[in-house]
Amino acid sequence: MTPLSTSRLRTTPVQAQPASDGTAIAPVLASTRVVDLDLVDPTTTGAVPAQRPAVPRWLQRLAGPVLLVLLWQVLSITGLFDPRTTPAPVTVLNTAAGVLGSGELQAHLQASLARVLLGLAIGTALGTVCALAAGLSRWGENLIDANMEVLHAVPKFAFLPVLIAWFGIGEEPKVALIALAVWISIYINTYSAIRNVDASLVEAARTFGVGRRELITSIILPGALPGFLVGLRLALTSAWLALIFAETVNAPAGLGRMMSDAREYFRIDVIFVLLGVYAGLGLLSLALVRFLEARLLGWRRAFDAA
Amino acid sequence: MRHEPAQSPHVLRGLAVEARNVTKAYGDRVVLNDFSLDMRPSEFVALLGRSGSGKSTFLRVLGALDGDVEGRVWVPRRRAIVFQEPRLMPWLSVLRNVTLGLPQTRAVKDHGLTTLAEVGLESRADAWPRTLSGGEAQRVALARAMVRDPHLLLLDEPFGALDALTRIRMHGLLRALYQRHRPAVLLVTHDVDEAILLADRILVLTDGRISLNAPVDLAAPRGLSDPRFGALRRRLLTELGVDAA
Repeated sequence: MTPLSTSRLRTTPVQAQPASDGTAIAPVLASTRVVDLDLVDPTTTGAVPAQRPAVPRWLQRLAGPVLLVLLWQVLSITGLFDPRTTPAPVTVLNTAAGVLGSGELQAHLQASLARVLLGLAIGTALGTVCALAAGLSRWGENLIDANMEVLHAVPKFAFLPVLIAWFGIGEEPKVALIALAVWISIYINTYSAIRNVDASLVEAARTFGVGRRELITSIILPGALPGFLVGLRLALTSAWLALIFAETVNAPAGLGRMMSDAREYFRIDVIFVLLGVYAGLGLLSLALVRFLEARLLGWRRAFDAA
Repeated sequence: MRHEPAQSPHVLRGLAVEARNVTKAYGDRVVLNDFSLDMRPSEFVALLGRSGSGKSTFLRVLGALDGDVEGRVWVPRRRAIVFQEPRLMPWLSVLRNVTLGLPQTRAVKDHGLTTLAEVGLESRADAWPRTLSGGEAQRVALARAMVRDPHLLLLDEPFGALDALTRIRMHGLLRALYQRHRPAVLLVTHDVDEAILLADRILVLTDGRISLNAPVDLAAPRGLSDPRFGALRRRLLTELGVDAA
């Protein structure tokens, strides 16, 4: 017997009882031998403790980045990092305060945001309209889908020279490149979401007399919404990426302009500030999509409050 | 093939379903072989058969889900289906699922609520379908069918995916709904006890043909304690190729 045992049960066999229909049921234990079983209390032994964490989850997740920055600062102070190639976090923060104080960062950020938002609006509209046309009609599919597939296969940034040839070197090619990237992301995901709406639901809807209009508004579009939001998330990522490429072309203002200026004047600290700004914008975009998902896809949660 | 003529001459003959010489094949495999069936209005028919016997195919033909068949079929214009899975739209509320395909008027919504009350779920009218249990979801599917006040109710193994206790409760609910609304019912099932409990007439389908046509004339309430229940059960199981010793 192990010392783990906390209690001991004496098990004795039960006398065989004749069942109501007269047939005897065999006893569980055939012998009269007394068995000592090793018993433990499952509520105290080896059970997983169901306690709430003392520190909130988001704070716990912050620990990793904070530790990384601290390590970076320590390595900078000890001189392991060359300040000419890797400025200390404190230096980067000071620079950030400087470009914010002078209003320089805000001006460039505003120019870039305007481009991204306009490109996003145009691209989302085009992507959604094309996905609806291709997803809802056979003719639309024939006309649109193959073209979009070819477009999808070409790296979007390879279009930049063509866009410059078409639109010049002003705002238009920059917005067009962003819109193109967004258009393709939204189209690919929304189109496949429309085509993958559960056929058994569509069949059921038809048997209940759902007409074409209600089928589209009540079944297909809500069913494709999760796919559209996946497309939107990817579109936001490609929009920021496209922005960096677009702003390498003659940008009087914008984060890309600020970046190339910093490169020109060896302001590595400004480049680090801009990397931080890009990270913040990316995280903000993800948060926006998460917010939309929570608002629009409430039905996906397994349990509601009611 | 059209199931819905503008003016059915068969209304006068007092039939809810008339299927004549229906043959359906997938390639070389004949699923329904010269199958004929008449159902009277308010008749409750159970269609038993092993898997692949063609019973679900026949239901899909009656439900206008599978039109590519030979033969003639007449069914009421007003009919409704309950599938084995609830097939509720997860993004529509329970009530909106029930009134799917109907004009969204105040009267229809009220009727939907009344029907939900009949299946005991009026309190869940605004809930999302994903928050329902399997039995509740199937009750909503039943309400979605009954709200149309169908002349023919098609049930495609509607309780097959439910646990045994829920299934017993669903049998009671279906019987109550049937007695109140009296539609003709075609219940496709592989559960022999379910068929005997609920149906007026049981058909066994073997290789696309009716191999047994057994009226059920047991007194209500039907139960396993009735010796004739056991006799019919044995007969059906033998027909289905199960040795019920």
